[in-house]
Amino acid sequence: MDTMSPIERALRAVALTLVVVFFMFPIFWIFLMSFQTNETILSIPPSIVFSPTLSNYAALITGKLQTAAGTLDIAFMRNLGNSIFLSVTSVAVALVLGVPAAYAFARHKFKGSEDIAFTLLSFRFAPPLLVLLPLTQYFQWLGLSNTYFGLIWVYQLICLPLILWIVRGYFEDISADVEYAYRIAGHSWFATFRKIALPLAGPGIAAAGLLAFIFAWNNFVFALVLASADKQPVTVGALAFITSSGIQYGQIASAIVLSVTPTLALALYAQRYLVEGLSLGAVKG
Amino acid sequence: MASTATLRKPASGFRISRKMLPYVLSLPALLVCIGILIPFFTAVIYSFQRYRLSQPWARQFNWGENYLNFVTDPAFWNTLKVSLLYAGITVTLELLLGLGIALLLQRRSTINNFISIMLLLPLMIAPALAALMWKLMTNPSFGILSYLASLVGLHDFRWASSPDTALLTVILVDIWVYTPFIMILLLAGLRSLPTQPFEAAALDGVPRSFVFFRITLPMLTPYILTATLFRLLDSIQQFDIIYAMTQGGPGNTLTVFQVEAYLNFFQSTNVGRSAALLIILWAITYTLSNVFIKNWLRLRERARGEA
Repeated sequence: MDTMSPIERALRAVALTLVVVFFMFPIFWIFLMSFQTNETILSIPPSIVFSPTLSNYAALITGKLQTAAGTLDIAFMRNLGNSIFLSVTSVAVALVLGVPAAYAFARHKFKGSEDIAFTLLSFRFAPPLLVLLPLTQYFQWLGLSNTYFGLIWVYQLICLPLILWIVRGYFEDISADVEYAYRIAGHSWFATFRKIALPLAGPGIAAAGLLAFIFAWNNFVFALVLASADKQPVTVGALAFITSSGIQYGQIASAIVLSVTPTLALALYAQRYLVEGLSLGAVKG
Repeated sequence: MASTATLRKPASGFRISRKMLPYVLSLPALLVCIGILIPFFTAVIYSFQRYRLSQPWARQFNWGENYLNFVTDPAFWNTLKVSLLYAGITVTLELLLGLGIALLLQRRSTINNFISIMLLLPLMIAPALAALMWKLMTNPSFGILSYLASLVGLHDFRWASSPDTALLTVILVDIWVYTPFIMILLLAGLRSLPTQPFEAAALDGVPRSFVFFRITLPMLTPYILTATLFRLLDSIQQFDIIYAMTQGGPGNTLTVFQVEAYLNFFQSTNVGRSAALLIILWAITYTLSNVFIKNWLRLRERARGEA
């Protein structure tokens, strides 16, 4: 690598710059747009020099949009609240259900364990609408249509396989000998799980939880099919907002910024676990 | 183990037998998932019925008719064509781009690590929201990309609202969101390769292209396969980006499997056709995922063996 010629070095720098511009520019541009008035946004040619305004964010947060035609109600904050509630609760449920199951799959090679684990994994790859469309009718019969309970249940389709497969890998990496030693000292199975296995797999469980949160937050199709306006998360809400607000581009941009900030922050915080988590542990990063 | 267990009294009166324990632990997770398996079988039944929500009285089994109709249905062939085109083009371009970027960032340095973290950000944005971002940027009246296109002579370039460029536009969004996925997988792969073959090749003065095609690529193949299959499985089912961007339009330009099934269900209320479409998509993904899981397990075992 030390033999790189100056030309090659320059070419690499140019290529990397282009890559960074392509992938960063949209985020940068929408961020700028969220601080612009509609007049600034509509001016041609577009300019990155403008006097920033917080009016877009103010309109979203107060839920009142002043237009020439009068005041318009925006339910965007409600969408944001739904996103937080749905993602946090779904991940919590998935952890409670998934971590013991992951432990069982890692420690006990019981009859059919691989088959069950694969069935769960295959959910990750099945077309979501195949389950969702019949589910709309079941939900009507069961009275679960447009309820948080029903949505959180369906969100397990995303969260459970993720947690199961990542956490299972972490449990498998813990030497079983430590646990045997603790058991032989006379401790119950549950004490061993709680005092030895859980703390050792702690970082893995946290990483899996964060990833599951990101995936739950970013989900679109589940809530699109199963939730009405008052239960919709930001992904669906932002799309509806575009149709209802029509030409309030600044507010749309700031709604997008508010919607993506939580996942971007978490991703930066947990980035060293991302490789492993995204590939379900297929590639140890 | 057994002898020590008999020496000490159990900590509590009630103990779950060792044999039952794993089942007890995984039962709750299984129950939740079984609730999700039932709709799957329902969908299979729907796909063999004439079933329209607008005419519930006419619901009856027509067996393979939904599937047979596809043979002569140009809309179905359009769906199949667009889905395959979309998956094929996005995955190919993302693979080439991702590999290129991974090679550029291969050497560990502060700046390279920083860039690789920055490039993760598009992947963390919900695809539906990413589509909205690009929708704002390609808006014909004020979109920055429309403006840039006009600067290079493409006046009135209509991006997603023209049938000629709609596919190109959603592919661009897909590339923006998912190239980082392939990039980080391949980067992890590149950085985990043993250094000896490369040092030996450098000592012998082997040309760089030879090193790349005969050492790097073959050693990277399992990672490339994993990344490609992972993306293929997602891409052939793409819904979020396309639906958020154009709802499958203009016309039927972008009616890929899941979008077409969604529109069939909710707009034309043709449940039978919608279910049959999804079953065909499921058959495709199931075949792909079996290939994928086999390859993935091999890689996983290898990663564990070396760890």
